[in-house]
Amino acid sequence: MSTFLAILVGQILVNNYVMCQFFGICPFLGVSKKFDTALGMGLAVTFVITVASFITWLVQSFVLTPFHLEYLQTIAFILVIAVLVQLVEMALKKLSYSLYQALGVYLPLITTNCVVLAVAINNITDGYNLLESTFSGFCSALGFTLALLLLAGIRERMEVSNMPKWMQGFPGALIMAGLMAVAFMGFGGLI
Amino acid sequence: MAEARRNPGFGGVFMNGLITENPTFTLMLGMCPTLGVTTAAMNGVSMGLATTFVLVFSNLFISLLRNIIPDKVRIPAYIVIIASFVTMIDLIMQAFLPDLRAVLGTYIQLIVVNCIIFARAESFAAKNPPLLSLADGLGMGLGFTVSITLLSCIRELFGSGSIFGFSVMPEAYQPMAIMNMVPGGFITLGLMMVLVNFIKKALSARKEARA
Repeated sequence: MSTFLAILVGQILVNNYVMCQFFGICPFLGVSKKFDTALGMGLAVTFVITVASFITWLVQSFVLTPFHLEYLQTIAFILVIAVLVQLVEMALKKLSYSLYQALGVYLPLITTNCVVLAVAINNITDGYNLLESTFSGFCSALGFTLALLLLAGIRERMEVSNMPKWMQGFPGALIMAGLMAVAFMGFGGLI
Repeated sequence: MAEARRNPGFGGVFMNGLITENPTFTLMLGMCPTLGVTTAAMNGVSMGLATTFVLVFSNLFISLLRNIIPDKVRIPAYIVIIASFVTMIDLIMQAFLPDLRAVLGTYIQLIVVNCIIFARAESFAAKNPPLLSLADGLGMGLGFTVSITLLSCIRELFGSGSIFGFSVMPEAYQPMAIMNMVPGGFITLGLMMVLVNFIKKALSARKEARA
């Protein structure tokens, strides 16, 4: 139980993939202009990462390691992720068209979101078992969503505030992200 | 430049990637390695060159195969091509530069999801002949290398008081540890973009004044 608690706190706050490790910066800056779209992206990513952690662990343990193909890890994992994203897109289209319309634009982007691949690789490097991997994937995705939502909230306020002209847009968002990262450093000693 | 005169397309495409459409400052692509590995100038250069290698070869091969790959499965096809070259550079680095590989860590494997490579495959290599795609890969790759080297020089200078491992700051200088950490990366990049926007605006104003 304590392992799971450590993973929960660790992945969401202490080792947040976006704020503390620089993964997934592109969607973090790209889709954080509006709170609603950020929420949609966060949900889609959470789903994909959780399932991807589960499947990549199986692929690693039952295909790559037994046949000594560890050097194919990158290719195998990214293929799993690409296929998974495609499947999610097709399934959503059939099952829940409204959700598909809400998330539609972001789904293909998830393939090139490096959090997904980074979580999958780190699960293996950290030696987690199947349950821990899946849980850690879920928690990392929650951490990603948290960072995305926080920045989106701040940027919505920044839109209406009186910013110097040269700070508007990406420079402002980057500096804001830097200040958020300072805040996240405060969680450093938690576990 | 002899190359450019014989074939203006090659040089033009190359310079476009290097400066006009610089991937980091104009297109905002490939942000994760840009921020993640730039704590020391050496890391920036090697990450940039590794990405350039992958970008040049993936662009070349995707361009060669552009008429064979069916449109519907192009994304998985591109990913397999890109991932093969990433695996190659990863294994080469593990064999010949193990220390550097240990520092750069997962970021080498993550070149596969670097949006620069994907974006260039989709928007350039899939539509242009091999030689031009090669030029685009080289230009974009070197443009990326130059910008992350610049960023990492600044961070190393303030964060450790050195450039490429050589101490340049006076003895009394107290290194700012925060430059080597996550916030330093975000803030330095933000300020650099302010500067780039400023220069761009000044240049276009001058061009208008002349015209």
